[in-house]
Amino acid sequence: VQEKEELIEEWQPEPLVPPVPKDHPALNYNVVSGPPTHVITVNGKECINFASFNFLGLLDNEKVKSAAQASLKKYGVGTCGPRGFYGTFDVHLELEERLAKFMRTEEAIIYSYGFATIASAIPAYSKRGDIVFVDEAACFAIQKGLQASRSNIKLFKHNDMADLERLLKEQETEDQKNLRKARVTRRFIVVEGLYMNTGDVCPLPELIKLKYKYKVRIFLEESLSFGVLGEHGRGITEHFGINIDDIDLISANMENSLASIGGFCCGRSFIIDHQRLSGQGYCFSASLPPLLAAAAIEALNIMEDNPDIFQTLRAKCKRIHKALQGISGLKVVGESFSPALHLQLEESCGSRENDVKLLKRVVDYCMNGGIALTQARYLEKEEKCLPAPSIRVVITVEQTEQELDKAASLLKEAAQSVLN
Amino acid sequence: INHIVHNGGLYKRPFNEAFEETPMLVAVLTYVGYGVLTLFGYLRDFMRQWKIEKCQNATEREEQKDFVPLYQDFENFYNRNLYMRIRDSWNRPICSVPGAKVDMMERVSHDYNWTFTYTGRVIKDIINMGSYNYLGFAQNAGTCQEAAAKVLSQYGAGVCSTRQEMGNLDKHEELEKLVARFLGVESAMAYGMGFATNSMNIPALVGKGCLILSDELNHASLVLGARLSGATIRIFKHNNMQSLEKLLKDAIVHGQPRTRRPWKKILILVEGIYSMEGSIVRLPEVIALKKKYKSYLYLDEAHSIGALGPTGRGVVEYFGLNPEDVDVMMGTFTKSFGAAGGYIGGKKELIDYLRTYSHSAVYATSMSPPVVEQIITSMKCIMGEDGTTVGKARVQQLAENTRYFRRRLKEMGFIIYGNEDSPVVPLMLYMPAKIGAFGREMLKRNIGVVVVGFPATPIIESRARFCLSAAHTKEMLDTALKEINEVGDLLQLKYSRHRLVPLLDRPFDETTYEETED
Repeated sequence: VQEKEELIEEWQPEPLVPPVPKDHPALNYNVVSGPPTHVITVNGKECINFASFNFLGLLDNEKVKSAAQASLKKYGVGTCGPRGFYGTFDVHLELEERLAKFMRTEEAIIYSYGFATIASAIPAYSKRGDIVFVDEAACFAIQKGLQASRSNIKLFKHNDMADLERLLKEQETEDQKNLRKARVTRRFIVVEGLYMNTGDVCPLPELIKLKYKYKVRIFLEESLSFGVLGEHGRGITEHFGINIDDIDLISANMENSLASIGGFCCGRSFIIDHQRLSGQGYCFSASLPPLLAAAAIEALNIMEDNPDIFQTLRAKCKRIHKALQGISGLKVVGESFSPALHLQLEESCGSRENDVKLLKRVVDYCMNGGIALTQARYLEKEEKCLPAPSIRVVITVEQTEQELDKAASLLKEAAQSVLN
Repeated sequence: INHIVHNGGLYKRPFNEAFEETPMLVAVLTYVGYGVLTLFGYLRDFMRQWKIEKCQNATEREEQKDFVPLYQDFENFYNRNLYMRIRDSWNRPICSVPGAKVDMMERVSHDYNWTFTYTGRVIKDIINMGSYNYLGFAQNAGTCQEAAAKVLSQYGAGVCSTRQEMGNLDKHEELEKLVARFLGVESAMAYGMGFATNSMNIPALVGKGCLILSDELNHASLVLGARLSGATIRIFKHNNMQSLEKLLKDAIVHGQPRTRRPWKKILILVEGIYSMEGSIVRLPEVIALKKKYKSYLYLDEAHSIGALGPTGRGVVEYFGLNPEDVDVMMGTFTKSFGAAGGYIGGKKELIDYLRTYSHSAVYATSMSPPVVEQIITSMKCIMGEDGTTVGKARVQQLAENTRYFRRRLKEMGFIIYGNEDSPVVPLMLYMPAKIGAFGREMLKRNIGVVVVGFPATPIIESRARFCLSAAHTKEMLDTALKEINEVGDLLQLKYSRHRLVPLLDRPFDETTYEETED
């Protein structure tokens, strides 16, 4: 007993958190005074906003705001409960119906937080022992969903269908060895419509072929492509002309094109209904505040009434994509119709820290010139495949052609002065 | 019999918590009830399989019938055969502000709860005993709503960016300073979802090689956060300080399981009020243990912030302790502030670290501005900074309502779990049939209650849970109590024999169990 007392006396734990240096790049946030709309006031300076994911410009749309105001007058702000215990409002039911109708699926389910949507959906279906094939460039929310599911994760190279087929074939030969186990092991492929980390689209038609050949289910994450791709903004399935029933689950967050908060999953009732009892972020968390749901419904109305904004957005993306080519020192990463591009350094200067500092100088130069940009932020130690440091350029439908040209020329100047 | 405080001196006020033992006859009958339901479940499944009965489940696509089945048949047995029978007690849709009285959309089912249709009628003025509206801030008129409306027209509803990129508004900084002042800590940080606050920040604080000691009945978000962190998890019996002390001693003396190296840090996860039991954490003893064994304390005040303490500062103020003793103070804005979201408060180094490394700050959208404004206004009201005494009056009203309601229910002879001062009141039902019956009978009498069964509670301990609010007037409580009395007699729910087992006499057994991520 004496020994035990001594051990207890001697043990010294680590401090709860290690100290963070004052000049850590992620510690000092930009402070935005006022609404983060097209013209944004960052750290006291007025700039044109090229950093918020407000693709369709719905953030300060008057109709959306008045719909939210009406909802605020009727319901107040919070819902004071999860969906199961008097937290289901008629606005939630209406939003779910509207989303299901818009995406032409049977049913939709709403979450109150965009990150939690895919992070709760994946572990509801995939459990310990199941196999998930996921793209290397998958976003962090998908990675956390996979970690929570405890399944076997197999990464395939970004957009490389040959690599994926190789992994699927390997799995097939494994199955032959143990047929009984193979009969109960579920398989999933998780991909994004438009990747946040690289700005390109996944080759969905080939994926559908692989799905039926190897009997794997597809989960599609459409946070960036919902409201952007496709003739009516229905996402990548409309873009490629694929039957939506071929995708088992589509998950998206409402925080980009719909300029609200939260996320949704849509698909057949057979699949979506399961999440109402086993989606952790759905059952154990308060529901979405009704004013945000009303804002999302109004945003959907606007999307349905003006289907030409998607063409306009894509044209603007193409314009700036072309204008940004040929900047010495920076290369553009992303498809020409992607509204979220990355600008990476053509040559790294050795360490990630120095790259980040260099890009910060470019960003500061642009801020001083009146264009608000930001670096893409990652958790360096937690990401499975950390992308290179980059500047995020976001194109919205509200930016005029002059502003796009100004941004391109300012970036050219910045690159010239900082990188040479 | 009142629970005798044996750590005299740590507690400045009597700590009255009781969990009456389940009567033997009731336990037997409950098991029998579940047995009968299971048998009928097998029978119905058999009939469905042989197509004698129509199968109303949604089914897999024709083209995908040869894929590996998505759900195990057994997983859904409970869902199909037990949950489906009483499904109308949950997910009840409402169409007004979730205050003390609420309007509900009427729905009927013509096929035993497989599908619902809305008749279009609205049932008005149901007394709401289910929403987490402790201080009555769920209002659609008044100073909070007006301020939120102004901010909504100025800022819009969404933010479209993360905290570290372009989503850090001046409103968020204002909120965080106010929260830090409210709690009495150096610094605070706010997040958009209470569930996500736990599941995204615990992994940032601890990792492999650390030990988490978690209470048996912790919320799903704490369990998920602990699992995602990769640390070793050991569970101690609910609110049982001997169990916790034994785990702490063993951990420091024996070190990590295979290598015997000392643990890097030990984190204790507890909640202020446990929402299913109505019990309050024994905070003075936990803090004493934490100091003795040099571990860190993570306190989740989801239900207790605003609801306990003479000025609504939570469980730390309730016990008269120093907020600096709690290393990580976490809470949510959903319950007492009528908004949405969560916060973490603590020392400046902790919050600076979280600003840099929290998953939510880097990848998740920041809070919506009108919601932030609602929190700011309601918090100022509670603190009395808006120039009125409305906040203080509400905190007192809630405490009075709690005491009155609990006293009356105990007098009537129901078995009520939990601490005398907790505004969460679980009333035991036990038998599966009574779960559905209680919910429906109360709704007929225009009172909305929440009933919970397996798997949120142990299989025989299903209960009805009342959440009191400062917005409930004495008349509403009296009406509710009258109806509960009637329904209690009708369904024979008055099990109590007024025999309270003092908690010290509960035998403490040596079993401890741990979960490792291998």
